[in-house]
Amino acid sequence: MSRALRLLPITLAVWILGTFAWRLIQPDDPTIRSQLVNREVPAFDLPAAAPGTVGLKSADLATGKPRLLNLFASWCVPCVAEAPVLAELHRRGVEIDGIAIRDTPGAVGAFLGRHGNPYSRIGSDPTSRAQLALGSAGVPETFVIDGKGVMRLQHVGPIYEGDIPAILEALEKAR
Amino acid sequence: MIAEAGLAALWLAAALSLLGLFLSIAHVRGTLEADKAVRALAIVQGLLCLFAFAMLLLVFARTDLSVALVAENSHSAKPLIYKVAGAWGNHEGSMLLWVTVLGLSGAALAALSHRLPSRTLIAALGAQAALALGFHAFLLFASNPFARLNPPAPEGRGLNPLLQDPGLAFHPPTLYLGYVGLSVAFSLAVGALLGGEVNRQLARAMRPWVLGAWIFLTLGITAGSYWAYYELGWGGWWFWDPVENASLMPWLAATALLHSVAVLAARNALKAWTMMLAVIAFSMSMIGTFLVRSGILTSVHAFAVDPLRGSFILGLLAVYVTAAFLLFAVRAPTLREGAPFEPVSREAAIVANNLLLTVILGVVFIGTLYPLLAEATTGEKLSVGAPYFNAVAGPLAILLGILLAVGPLLSWRREGRPVLRRLALPGLFAATALAITFFAIPQSGLLPKFGLALAAGLIPATIIPLIGRNPLRTPLATWGMAIAHLGAAVAVAGMAADSAFTTEKLTAAKPGETVEVGPWLVEFTGVTPAVGPNWTAVEAELRATRGSGVHVLKPQTRFFTNPPTETNEAAIDTLLSGQLYTVIGRSDAEGRWQLRLWWKPLVTLIWFGGVLIGLGGLLALAGHARRAWRRRMAQ
Repeated sequence: MSRALRLLPITLAVWILGTFAWRLIQPDDPTIRSQLVNREVPAFDLPAAAPGTVGLKSADLATGKPRLLNLFASWCVPCVAEAPVLAELHRRGVEIDGIAIRDTPGAVGAFLGRHGNPYSRIGSDPTSRAQLALGSAGVPETFVIDGKGVMRLQHVGPIYEGDIPAILEALEKAR
Repeated sequence: MIAEAGLAALWLAAALSLLGLFLSIAHVRGTLEADKAVRALAIVQGLLCLFAFAMLLLVFARTDLSVALVAENSHSAKPLIYKVAGAWGNHEGSMLLWVTVLGLSGAALAALSHRLPSRTLIAALGAQAALALGFHAFLLFASNPFARLNPPAPEGRGLNPLLQDPGLAFHPPTLYLGYVGLSVAFSLAVGALLGGEVNRQLARAMRPWVLGAWIFLTLGITAGSYWAYYELGWGGWWFWDPVENASLMPWLAATALLHSVAVLAARNALKAWTMMLAVIAFSMSMIGTFLVRSGILTSVHAFAVDPLRGSFILGLLAVYVTAAFLLFAVRAPTLREGAPFEPVSREAAIVANNLLLTVILGVVFIGTLYPLLAEATTGEKLSVGAPYFNAVAGPLAILLGILLAVGPLLSWRREGRPVLRRLALPGLFAATALAITFFAIPQSGLLPKFGLALAAGLIPATIIPLIGRNPLRTPLATWGMAIAHLGAAVAVAGMAADSAFTTEKLTAAKPGETVEVGPWLVEFTGVTPAVGPNWTAVEAELRATRGSGVHVLKPQTRFFTNPPTETNEAAIDTLLSGQLYTVIGRSDAEGRWQLRLWWKPLVTLIWFGGVLIGLGGLLALAGHARRAWRRRMAQ
């Protein structure tokens, strides 16, 4: 039996044990990066979500200027908490488009009336098809889209006050 | 007092294994004649572990809430069987069970091995003591099952309802007997590499241990598969979950080892390979324990995760596995192999069997650990699911099945008879079955088609070795082999039939509505409340019929109070032709209830096959034991 063959089992064992050890000391990081990041946003064409708003299609996201795409719903409590932060981003000149998930025009209209409307366009996605295509599992969720319609960042959950610098930085980078 | 007695027994057992380790080293080095002492220590150590385990059962049976483990995992309102079985339904208790089986294996090795050279046996007992010492340390320092709670809890927290099932009483102990039984093969290999010789005698001493462990693993996996099948209510029997794979990997290694040990016993060949397999088999058991106990991989088996415990087991694993492989690397060149094999002979077929089993083991191992390895090297997070395992391991298993038809017909050394002629009829069956599947089930995948064809040929082929022999004079081991192989063929038939013919229906129905699944018409008559010792439930009544006769099924959604949990109790109607599997879910606002119905033709063959495999193993074990007994009597 050759030397290399004899040493193969122990070499493999040490490598695997090393991986186990690495994994044990590694702090557990539960974030999973979406496979769609750095890819073009999937095609969709959604009608307006509420009276007086404009519908949204994927081509609207590739206008040359980076923007946020925010998935929300009138029935979603964290979205209420997020609304003032979106308003603040809008005040700082950030362009925001929205998609209302599994919602009705009346309810979306009431939501915008109560919590303000930072959105340029709002598409309605009553069956979650666009949401699933975007790789989103829930609301609220926000994507940074660069000028060419390519997804650059996925932010799961509401954007808090403290997340604003990171979002602005991502928008700046996407320029 | 009971808990303290158990703890004291554990400390004493640990001290004895330390002493046994030193004495065996002295004996193997030749500085001290300690043969009898090492054997006696191993036996006493095993009995002390058994005593400690009995004490744990006692505190659980009495629901002694001043013991922390009981307070955390038991409840006074629980039925007695689950109080007792709950003793090993948690981390500490299951590790004590592991150590107890390890101790008893060492004791049995010391008591029963008469034919091994003293140096080999004592070195093996030393290795067994070293294993015991490490796991004793783990138990005493990181997972003490007897820790007291002061003041005692007013009531226990209860056992996870999914575990309140007869499956818990049977599945973990059986699997542990298998896992840990392999430690003896490991220790014998280490002993032979350290102190003695690798020869037929060693193979004969190792074989019953491998066979015994393998029987328990087979039955444990079969039981676990059926438990998951009916308890989880998902309608599947194998999910390629990391913890399932952790039990499959030692089984694959043990199956390969079982066959290569036979070559070593018959031909005095495959020495280095067999020793390596013996080390790998128990290493897989330990890696399985590590994966399960450290929570390093995500699994449906949600065990409490504790990084300290993970590191501790990893440390033990590292010491034992690297030491054994290092010993192998140093000593392997001294093993002299005999003449090369003839290409058409039983030993050549077994080499092919070993290669295939090892590749399947590699496939499962890589698939299970790939998420971990990928994250360590590229930082990418991913998961490996059933499609990979089925696509890669499936075809290999079919090749293995074909080999299984041929191998038992070959004789040792050199086959002169025309073997293929004897396989003509099974081959014809297989070809016909394959042709039929292409017409009858064109929509199913290639793998189920080939699986069905394989089973059609394999079931007759496995009986051929028995044909033309006087059944009474045929050795029990041959009977065992044929029955185990038949079991494998039957299990393959069940697996292929399940994936080819299963029909599933997911629907929401109002009472009075009728749902169709496969050949069955299932009427949902309504729901009623039901109550058990520590749960309440919503019970649906389903009246199923296919032509004549009505089968009544009553699936439940159970609500347990301690801890508050909801489980689905599937109702399964077992017929000769298959199983009707029904689950009830939630109701919606309009009074419709979610129903999941499956018609699974021939699915029971999977577990029937598993039991046959175990039974075959048992017959072979009895045959070997009888032969050894006669040989001893003759001397």
